Amino acid sequence: MEYFLSETQKEIRGLARKIAEERILPVRAELDEKEEFPWEIMKALAESDMFRVFVPEEYEGLGGGCFDLCLVVEQLSRVCSGVAVSYAASALGSITLIQAGSEEQKKKYLPDVASGKKLAAFALTEPSAGSDATALKTTAQKVAGGYILNGTKQFITNGGEAEIYTVIVLTDKTKGPRGASAFILEKGMPGFSFGKKEKKLGIRASATRELVFRDCFVPEANLLGREGMGFIQTLRTLDWSRPGIGSQAVGVAQGALEAAVDYARQRVQFGHPLIALPAVQNMLADMAIQVEAARALVYAVARTVDSGAKDFTEESAMAKVFAADVSMEVTTKAVQIFGGAGYMRDYPVEKMMRDAKITQIYEGANEMLRGTIAAELRKRRGRRD
Amino acid sequence: MNIIVCIKQVPGTTQVKIDPQTNSLVRQGTKNIINPFDSYALEEGVHLKERFGGKVTALSMGPPQAEEILREAIACGADQAFLVSDRLLGGSDTLATSYTLSRAIRKIADFDLVICGRQTADGDTGQVGPELAETMGLPFVAYVNKIEEVGAGQIRLQRMVEDGYEVIETSLPAMISVVKEINVPRLPSLRGLARAKSAAVIVWTAADIEADMSRIGLNGSATKVIKIFFPNRERRGEKLQGCMEEQVETLVQKLRESRVV
Ligand SMILES: Cc1cc2nc3c(=O)[nH]c(=O)nc-3n(C[C@H](O)[C@H](O)[C@H](O)COP(=O)(O)OP(=O)(O)OC[C@H]3O[C@@H](n4cnc5c(N)ncnc54)[C@H](O)[C@@H]3O)c2cc1C
Repeated sequence: MEYFLSETQKEIRGLARKIAEERILPVRAELDEKEEFPWEIMKALAESDMFRVFVPEEYEGLGGGCFDLCLVVEQLSRVCSGVAVSYAASALGSITLIQAGSEEQKKKYLPDVASGKKLAAFALTEPSAGSDATALKTTAQKVAGGYILNGTKQFITNGGEAEIYTVIVLTDKTKGPRGASAFILEKGMPGFSFGKKEKKLGIRASATRELVFRDCFVPEANLLGREGMGFIQTLRTLDWSRPGIGSQAVGVAQGALEAAVDYARQRVQFGHPLIALPAVQNMLADMAIQVEAARALVYAVARTVDSGAKDFTEESAMAKVFAADVSMEVTTKAVQIFGGAGYMRDYPVEKMMRDAKITQIYEGANEMLRGTIAAELRKRRGRRD
Repeated sequence: MNIIVCIKQVPGTTQVKIDPQTNSLVRQGTKNIINPFDSYALEEGVHLKERFGGKVTALSMGPPQAEEILREAIACGADQAFLVSDRLLGGSDTLATSYTLSRAIRKIADFDLVICGRQTADGDTGQVGPELAETMGLPFVAYVNKIEEVGAGQIRLQRMVEDGYEVIETSLPAMISVVKEINVPRLPSLRGLARAKSAAVIVWTAADIEADMSRIGLNGSATKVIKIFFPNRERRGEKLQGCMEEQVETLVQKLRESRVV
């Protein structure tokens, strides 16, 4: 399919693919097995300027947008979603800063994100606040010169590995969501510690941890934007980042499709390769259609985001929901085509199926995002120009 | 610290075919790459630059298309690149090649260290490095697997030998060849690729480097390639009979016959 990528975008995609095939492929099974954080690969991504892709040029980035980020994430995820999300979470952890940070804050933190010297993370979820982000409990109490944070964040990607954290907490408990604010926290601040590393079904190369704040002092200079803007900033951040999850989903589905075609060409039953069976052909054709349709939607939405459009909540949710469902379906079919072999760790498709599942859950469970889409539909009465 | 890295363009495959008519390598259809051994040399150069400052110059002798690998070298961190390319250089053996490279290095002039790979993946001789050092009268350390320290006007290195490694100190300027154990070559960077696109690869002819025409190309080559062929591998086996003394005697005789001893 011709997606009219610019020369630079082709270069980004090509280099991301090279890194995926040369550096990730040889170790992905081991990373998955050992649940090991891929520092070596993060270093290779940094050396190749991949973390510069989503950072504005003024802060030593390459000034690409959501689409360029998606191109990298897709290529990495095609080989290993666990690595892809560790990379993508650094972008997620920087978006609020890019969108709402002051010149000084951006100058202080973004160059290190761009060079890959430091990873970033985004922390919203709490034990009592998952889909319902308005149920936050972590508080920031105003004191002279700053704030004192208390509470726990849960399931934070890059938790413990990242140096820079965007954390959403309540500065005013009485105001509900209007009392939320975003802060930049640095690893090592007194009172800021990490819980145990979660053991996961998939994306096992990535690190997921609790962030624990006990009377953690944060200087005033680390408040992003104004007090009370945290919830709106979060919505804007997630609208921007969801196509990235879409591209993660497309990448793993693409990887599974390729593996399934290769296997079906070579596995012989009843005297013919599996790919000669109409039932297998139908499955493969459906998989290919779904992957391409998901990719086209993700790319179109990423471009909408980059076009400077004001409101793309609905589009962004669509890209994430559709691609995630496709990803789950395609990876499941890939395992089916592999038969018993697909169920074994010797082949990559069972890992892909485990990895795909998370895309339906995080950055808004698909069910919840369908609710978001329906609300927008209601507003615009289903009309399109 | 200014470093010159010598790199060669080779076919990007280990399955090199030989044209039986012309006795030369079939280059069509294979993508050309930086000689894998040279990529360690390049990485070490870039790494040294990052540690001690200075600049890295990539140098190659080859056909005009070798410009591509020089651009790749820039994408991987080289600051500038020179290509010596001239029809007159055709048919160069290792002696003529090392002479030609020495002329180019003399023209670049400003350097503390020349790094090359231990051998090429196509020619496989491993001779150009040492010959180049000899031609230039530079101290040469082969098979370096670690650069320990760089001080004022000198360098301390580890080089691999059969049963371990040696630590060697030498004055600068010097020349070294490196083995693959020395580092993991980086992939290109996006900014490097952008730089590589706009960078000028300077092409020099034999005249530009003021080469002595009798020492380049076929004229300057001490060896002539008469034929390239796949060796016929024959395996034979024979079980010797008789008592020990008889067996030894027959064995020695057979070895003499087949001119092994
Ligand atoms: C591996 C991993 C990494 C994560 N990384 C991060 C991170 O970096 N930062 C961060 O802040 N969070 C992160 N999360 C948290 C993630 O975003 C939440 O898990 C997710 O939002 C769902 O919340 P929950 O787990 O509390 O599920 P719940 O909110 O308890 O929901 C459970 C299920 O109920 C249904 N449901 C809930 N609400 C609705 C609704 N309104 N409409 C319809 N159905 C609904 C859905 O089916 C949903 O799957 C991560 C989670 C995981 C598992």
